[in-house]
Amino acid sequence: MVAHTEDIAGYQPKTLSQKITRAISKGPIHVFLILMGLFWLTPTIGLLLTSFRSAADNGESGWWEVFSEPGQLTLEPYQNILSDAGLTTAFWNTIKIAVPTSILVVIIAAMAAYAFSWMNFRFREPLFLIVVGMLVVPLQMALIPAARLFNGLNIFGTVSAAIIFHIAFGLPFAIFLLRNFFIGIPKDIMEAARIDGASELQIFRRIMLPLGMPAIASLLIFQFMWTWNDLLVALTFAPGDAAPLTVFIQAQTRQFGANLDVIAPGAFLTMIVPLIVFFAFQRYFVEGVLAGSVK
Amino acid sequence: MSTSEAQAGAKSAALRPAKIERPPGGSRRWVALAFLLPALVALGALVVYPTLDTIAQSFQSDNERSFVGLDNYQAIVESARIRTAIINTAIWVVIAPMVITALGLIFAVLTERVKYQTAIKTVLFMPMAISALAVGVIWRGVYDPRPEIGLANATLGGVVDTFKAGGGLAGALPPPDSNLEQRGGALVSSQTVSPGEVAAIGIVGIPEPADAQPAQQPEGSEGAVTVVVWRDFSPGGGQPGQVDEGELALPGAIVELTDDSGEVVASGQTDDAGVVAFDDVEGSLTPRLAAANFREPFTGVQWLGPREVTPLGFPHLVTLSIIFAFMWMQLGFAVVVLGSGLSALPRDVLEAARVDGATEWQVFRHVTFPLLMPVLVVIFVTLTINVLKIFDIVYVLAPVSVQDEANVIALEMWKSAFAARDFGVGAAVAVLLFLLVIPIMIFNLRRFRREEG
Repeated sequence: MVAHTEDIAGYQPKTLSQKITRAISKGPIHVFLILMGLFWLTPTIGLLLTSFRSAADNGESGWWEVFSEPGQLTLEPYQNILSDAGLTTAFWNTIKIAVPTSILVVIIAAMAAYAFSWMNFRFREPLFLIVVGMLVVPLQMALIPAARLFNGLNIFGTVSAAIIFHIAFGLPFAIFLLRNFFIGIPKDIMEAARIDGASELQIFRRIMLPLGMPAIASLLIFQFMWTWNDLLVALTFAPGDAAPLTVFIQAQTRQFGANLDVIAPGAFLTMIVPLIVFFAFQRYFVEGVLAGSVK
Repeated sequence: MSTSEAQAGAKSAALRPAKIERPPGGSRRWVALAFLLPALVALGALVVYPTLDTIAQSFQSDNERSFVGLDNYQAIVESARIRTAIINTAIWVVIAPMVITALGLIFAVLTERVKYQTAIKTVLFMPMAISALAVGVIWRGVYDPRPEIGLANATLGGVVDTFKAGGGLAGALPPPDSNLEQRGGALVSSQTVSPGEVAAIGIVGIPEPADAQPAQQPEGSEGAVTVVVWRDFSPGGGQPGQVDEGELALPGAIVELTDDSGEVVASGQTDDAGVVAFDDVEGSLTPRLAAANFREPFTGVQWLGPREVTPLGFPHLVTLSIIFAFMWMQLGFAVVVLGSGLSALPRDVLEAARVDGATEWQVFRHVTFPLLMPVLVVIFVTLTINVLKIFDIVYVLAPVSVQDEANVIALEMWKSAFAARDFGVGAAVAVLLFLLVIPIMIFNLRRFRREEG
């Protein structure tokens, strides 16, 4: 591997001795990067192995003991938590919150982004500046009035409350991202459609959504992971029966050591879906993060 | 699927929006309103109205909402817990964005130079995908104070033990009326030995050594000093200073021989029978058990402990430990965004500098770094806003008993409003957080207007 490494930035080594010199001078970089890569992976692997050990083993020794005693690995913690009604309910609550939120954010934001990018109306610029300003508003600013509002609507403590709040605070970024993408769609296509007499709704469905698919996919994935991983919103508006996995596991961390046999497999369960999404759609996820970093 | 594809995609899409074209006019106003309405309703009802209402609430009493002036803000200033939150948020803001941006730059530049850069970036980026809750759970395990369970202390303990041998005899005492005395942390015999003789060092005050052999009085060997170290205690009593039936050998003890001037002339560790022999020594020598034997074993650093149990009573260790976990979570973000920035740099400018004979460091310092500055600023600002809003990782990672010491403003807002159930103080803390965010909001708005031209 070392011998084949070339400098991406510039000149190619010509002779064998130059190649060898380059490879040796890069040795420290390889050692450093590989060590850091291992360092970054180890904590996650540690949790995974911890989640496959019994409570008794985890109370006595570190997870690395499975390398000398592989017999410690057991499916029991997962069997236990998967037969726990509280945990399976929490898992379904997570899905019940994350899926509708992601879809609704995409639809509502796409409509608004279309208006902001291709329609003329008064106060368009100031309205969009307000949306840009909202990108950084901490959701702590809205928790108290929203709690009162949800109480008044009699939906406090339900998944609906969490969904509605997530949608509102997902929208500024979603509108910003999609509007920046929609603006780049060629003007000719839009004008041709309008001359052909297509309605705005037809243009939106037949042109905007298909052409905007890369950005919409990024947004969908990003919003899904964000909602799936949320603790604060659900802790505030959906405690108790409507609580998703994050809230359920957080409640167990108050007695961390005693509940580790629930916490470790539970935490890994919350990670599996985002990790699958991450590896399957890494490209869109990275794009979402890159675009998000503009906010 | 690869990171480089993502970089290309990002460049084309959102990162560099095209200049606004005037949209073709003529669309009726009510159509625009219809498209905007759902978003306007949601944002109005749950962002704009609540923001204004929270500002009002911060000057009002909890539930009656009667005007109380600055009482809620005074409560903030007077609460030691909230002051801690403000100090900790300051520590977070000063350390985390700067360190993560700097490390991200180093990693981005180094990974650019290797073939497996996609793999490294994926590994660094992966923690971004998981919840702060999971990150908290992962690092609670890493920071477990027991060295046999927590990875951080296991690693640190391994390092400590590598550089400092011994330590197996902590708490040991000379038996009463023995020929041993404590001097400078070591246990020194009051009798000297010469080659051919045997010195016996018996100690008490230590638990029964695991898997130990019975001790035996060794034979002296010609020309060598022999020392036996054992636990001078047997259930039936026994004679102090003598190896009796049922007493146990102490393997691994560090024995030193000193001459008249106190200089160490030989040292060694006892074998399984508790015996060590020194050849090639002469004269009359004083045997002693080295001070290293009595060093307290490594018990682990309380990474997440209250200040009473941290090394030197350092009050912010828990905050620094949580910041480290946050760095683990966020570094990938900086590396990926900077990597995308690096690959967008004009190759010919870098080439020209190299052709002109600039060293790699000069190229980095005078070409790469200035060109990357806008990306660095974006990362720094994004991390700062993330740090100001930090909530879950502190809430999960800090044990309940230490949470007040690890407190931050965003967490305190939730605690004041929903744990302590005081909406007035909670709103005042939220407004404080909002004020800290406003400079970043202004920065973003100005940048946006500049880019839109």
